[in-house]
Amino acid sequence: MLGEEYIIDVQGLTTRLGEYTIHERLNLTVRRGEILGIVGGSGTGKSVLMKTIIGLIKPSSGHIRVFGQDISALSESERQMIGKRWGVLFQDGALFSSLTVAQNVEAVLREAYSLPRDLVSELAALKIKMVGLPPEAGDKFPSELSGGMRKRAGLARALVLDPEIVFLDEPTAGLDPIAAAALDELIQYLQKTLGLTVLIVTHDLDSLYAICDRVAALAEKQVLVTAPLDELVKYPHPWVQAYFHGVRTREQEPQAMDVN
Amino acid sequence: MPDAWFSHHPSSPESTLVAGGVWQLSTLATLIQEIDALLPQITTSELCIECDTLKSLDTSGAWLLQRTLLRLEENGTCCQLKNISPEHQALLTYVQEYGQQQRKEKVTNAWLANSLVSIGQSCLFSWNEALRFIAFLGHMVTTTGRVFKNPALMRVTATLHHMEMVGIRALPIVSLTAFLIGVVIAYQGATLLKQFGANIFIVDLVAVSILRELGILITAIIVAGRSGSAFTAQIGMMKVNEEIDAMRTMGLDPMIVLLLPRLLALILTLPLLTFIADFAGLAGGALISWITLDINPILFVQQLQTVIAPSTFYVGIIKAPVFAAVIALVGCFCGFQVSGNAESVGRRTTTSVVLSIFLVIIMDAVFSIFFSEIDF
Ligand SMILES: Nc1ncnc2c1ncn2[C@@H]1O[C@H](COP(=O)(O)OP(=O)(O)OP(=O)(O)O)[C@@H](O)[C@H]1O
Ligand SMILES: [Mg+2]
Repeated sequence: MLGEEYIIDVQGLTTRLGEYTIHERLNLTVRRGEILGIVGGSGTGKSVLMKTIIGLIKPSSGHIRVFGQDISALSESERQMIGKRWGVLFQDGALFSSLTVAQNVEAVLREAYSLPRDLVSELAALKIKMVGLPPEAGDKFPSELSGGMRKRAGLARALVLDPEIVFLDEPTAGLDPIAAAALDELIQYLQKTLGLTVLIVTHDLDSLYAICDRVAALAEKQVLVTAPLDELVKYPHPWVQAYFHGVRTREQEPQAMDVN
Repeated sequence: MPDAWFSHHPSSPESTLVAGGVWQLSTLATLIQEIDALLPQITTSELCIECDTLKSLDTSGAWLLQRTLLRLEENGTCCQLKNISPEHQALLTYVQEYGQQQRKEKVTNAWLANSLVSIGQSCLFSWNEALRFIAFLGHMVTTTGRVFKNPALMRVTATLHHMEMVGIRALPIVSLTAFLIGVVIAYQGATLLKQFGANIFIVDLVAVSILRELGILITAIIVAGRSGSAFTAQIGMMKVNEEIDAMRTMGLDPMIVLLLPRLLALILTLPLLTFIADFAGLAGGALISWITLDINPILFVQQLQTVIAPSTFYVGIIKAPVFAAVIALVGCFCGFQVSGNAESVGRRTTTSVVLSIFLVIIMDAVFSIFFSEIDF
């Protein structure tokens, strides 16, 4: 939009929750149109980082700029405007429990734009189908869905405004490998055709290999390194080495070679 | 120039339309108006849509274009897109695969049938609810039997915790309310009794109304609003979070863990609360008698002892455990009936409070008739 290089720019971010320091002088940049993966051990603050970038958690210090705007200095109306330009999938879905899946997706559209009813439900149905949910899932309530279906419904809700950035917190967790691969494909397709910028928190090595342009490794309250995956796996840090060369990742390695 | 347009082509308006600009979600609202205005005018059997000015397209815009094509085809117009960029074409093909036009449902005017259906549904619902409540009571009785046989099953700590929450924490509000009720009754009574010169009967008035009826009723209503709703919301939230299922898989009986401590705590504390409320109510009455009728507290107490039989006090207190059981059972039952979502928690909490207050008043009426029949 403004032609600046980074669509998300986090500088010197320090986040404290209660008496714990989650991030300390953390830096992270995301380029327009790239898919950035974030990896890190459980509890290292990936979800907190995501929530801080979208302004749900107030940082103790540091600058966060999204679309070139300082997130912590936004007025309420600016927040609403910017909220239309990104979509968020929370780790546990965060669907509205008293609305059906279709209503969940439609609600976002209704709040943002005034469109005719039939078009709204068609657009919602389109997104629900795109994320791989069966059409009858639209009439179900979140409590009637499986864990993986809830994830996909959340993704449909995150994508419905055709946002410029999507934040995905473990989108493939709880999905079978086929569905996970389909989801990866969808994300990559949207990124290619619509120029979407994607920030994706994931533990799914397949996703990392398949779709991420760059991967940021989060450890010791900081982003250790942000690099394409084939460079990242060679990074000489014990945690990174353990993460990518542990027992469970062994069988992935031939694939890594393919990517190269 | 607008951001997006869909209009007749200036050079050959009969057979060519132009779709151009930014076809995105933000421009859909204006686009759809243009489309709706334009489509009925189109009667030709072949149509060309010129897309060379189409700057950008997102999935929503693509769907609108696709949907317009579908609508034109339905009307017997064959459409062709001209000069569309490959990316846009790919996106169109993509949404064509996933999208589906909604059939407009015929709205039937079945007002009568619908209202009959909803009456039937709510009758069935109430009937099933009554059956479930009976089953719940039965379950409660068998569980209580088990606990009697093996008292170690009873959760003492939880019971004490709930006694604190429903009893001690309710003390200030219960005693304040009862005190004020005593004040109101004495005040109203005083003006009346003064006219007859029957000042001393203020004691009878205050004591009988507070001890027999109002002390327990006010306490029960406050506790129903305070603790009955809390029981429903607590258990309901646990139901939503599947905590109750988790409990069952661990071999814990929700009846023992959740219901019995609350039930017992309320049965034990409501009589005590009522006692305090009685006391506060009498104090309020005594204060006003002193101020308006010059009956000093010592005289008040003496009169109380001579004219009021102990049974007046017992009538109130006997009702307390029964009301307590009603409030706790209704509160917990409604909590267990919560299903799925946050809205259900809210609805059930409302039901729980309304129903338990209603039942308390019904029971109170039954008790009144019963006690007057047996001359207690
Ligand atoms: N609201 C909160 N208040 C206090 N501490 C919090 C809060 N939310 C998260 N934390 C703490 O912040 C740390 C990071 O949590 P976060 O949810 O970001 O982890 P994560 O990296 O997303 O882990 P996972 O991979 O398991 O999702 C944890 O130690 C957690 O206990
Ligand atoms: Mg997380």
